[in-house]
Amino acid sequence: MLEQLASNRIFSALVVVIAVPIVLIGYILLVEWILRRVSRRVARGARPWLWLAPALAFLGVFLVYPTIATVIRSFLNRRGDAFVGLDNYGWFFSQQDTLIALRNNAFWVVFLPLLVVGLGLLVAVLVDRVRYESTIKSIVFLPLAISFVAASVIWRFMYELDPKVGTLNAIVTGVGGDPVAWLIAQPWNNFFLIIVGVWLLTGFAMVILSAGLKGISVELLEAARVDGANELQVFRRIVLPLLMPTIAVVATTIIIYALKTFDVVYTMTNGNFDTNVIANVMFQQLFNNGQPGRAAAIAVILFAAIVPVMIINIRRFREQEALR
Amino acid sequence: MTQAQAPVLVGVEVKAQRKRRPSLGGIPVHLALIAIALIWAVPAIGLLVASFRPAAATNTSGWWTALVPPWDFTLENYQFVLGRAGIDQAFVNSFVITIPATVLVVMIAAFAAYAFAWMDFPGRDILFVVVVGLLVVPLQITLIPVLNLLRDFQPGGVRINGTILAVWLAHTGYGLPFAVYLLRNYFGSLPREVFESAAIDGASQATAFFRLALPMSVPALASLVIFQFLWVWNDLLVALVYLGPVPQNHPLSVVLANLTTSFGGGWQFLTAAAFISMIVPIIVFLSLQRYFVRGITGGAVKG
Repeated sequence: MLEQLASNRIFSALVVVIAVPIVLIGYILLVEWILRRVSRRVARGARPWLWLAPALAFLGVFLVYPTIATVIRSFLNRRGDAFVGLDNYGWFFSQQDTLIALRNNAFWVVFLPLLVVGLGLLVAVLVDRVRYESTIKSIVFLPLAISFVAASVIWRFMYELDPKVGTLNAIVTGVGGDPVAWLIAQPWNNFFLIIVGVWLLTGFAMVILSAGLKGISVELLEAARVDGANELQVFRRIVLPLLMPTIAVVATTIIIYALKTFDVVYTMTNGNFDTNVIANVMFQQLFNNGQPGRAAAIAVILFAAIVPVMIINIRRFREQEALR
Repeated sequence: MTQAQAPVLVGVEVKAQRKRRPSLGGIPVHLALIAIALIWAVPAIGLLVASFRPAAATNTSGWWTALVPPWDFTLENYQFVLGRAGIDQAFVNSFVITIPATVLVVMIAAFAAYAFAWMDFPGRDILFVVVVGLLVVPLQITLIPVLNLLRDFQPGGVRINGTILAVWLAHTGYGLPFAVYLLRNYFGSLPREVFESAAIDGASQATAFFRLALPMSVPALASLVIFQFLWVWNDLLVALVYLGPVPQNHPLSVVLANLTTSFGGGWQFLTAAAFISMIVPIIVFLSLQRYFVRGITGGAVKG
């Protein structure tokens, strides 16, 4: 029976993989055929919207409509039948637990970008000077390919209390210390969660910064060296300023991730021991406590925190593109 | 065809034009890099080694002791996990969920990106910024309304809620902002002359799209396919929420997440299960690394 289910599923997946491209291509060909039969002006005006239609439909259903609906929902009560104004928001800022989650997100927002960009830059600079560059890059980059759940298994294994099992505690006891409860000791446990995030994301920063580094003209650097500047000066006075736009883009992307962080916390501690973060609080309010109004308010708060960072991010992107 | 506006600065191409920079004192650099590589690899290696050790060994001695004789490796963890309820089914489910979701996103995004790049219409730039700006929306904010929508909306009596179809549609919607952004950048960097001469020759937009834009954009399309594949394969939240509690539909990520909460001290099985879920992404990533890197660096690098 199980095999039957599996093959049914595979069959329908195959059908989708073949049918969807055919349907979409057919749609475009149909659109073009129709447009050939109307005046050129009408065609030119209508064509972009017809090409955009499928994308806009999906975005409308899955992103735009829910955002508006959630904002509205955040002003309603638990059952959704009465307007309660800012009550849900007030609740959020008055609870000890949620305020701790806010504090933890602040930790993430400050330390994750700092460590990720710092390490990424360090590796990018160092690796540029050796021949086994691509091997090192692959190693640092690989965590990006695995799921957060798998990463949390890997790191729970590292953080395990029993020094006969946990790698880190084995090292600690090996040099004479006592085993550390990495994920329980507050507030340091937040930092050990952030380290998992660093392990996952540094490769991303490294790749972008490395590409940016290689884009700096060699002649410029050589000229500085000929003029007597040492490596540190070359780095601080020439490389760093030129790299700033790229660094800004990477940093803002990581900041957005830090605000939205969910998977690592959910799978490693589920927010216990004062490690909770906003996205996880929202999940808990929605699915564990059945409080959609409060969950909606939290989502809107999260959204509001991200928007300014995103605006900076997009502005930086466009600045860079204008320079290209 | 001028390469004046290569949208992506790829390390490989640039390296050919530069000579090696003088190294800053060889030994410290090598030491630092090897240390970093070790720190990065050790967590994963630890898990890999542990997955091949029997339970008794894992719980009494560190995985590093297994690296010296006497060797005590076993396949029993993998056999247990693979034979147990769901892993093989989950493996199939992961493919069944991921591949269509990838195909859908790439195609729909390609049409939209082409329109943004090569068609002129009022409000184009603003609309593009809005579409990309939707990257801001945290997934969680969309869950309740969409779930309610799918629950109430059942065309022709066909239930979408709780099925894999819902997951396909959701991943398409969530993946579009990034996909449109990536492809629009690449399409926009294609040389204008090619499209202009095609228009002079009387080619329609559809022809220009299928015969010119798409073939020239293979690197960007490849990057997007890899991104989307990895993201959907590794995703937990969307599958968890849209599939509901039907275990036969669960992909590897959900099964693994359930294992982490239920097994408590059974490290030997967790390690094997985690690695099974990692195999496919790692293979995909290692073999197609170049495109992955190109996709990330495109648009984020000045040069």
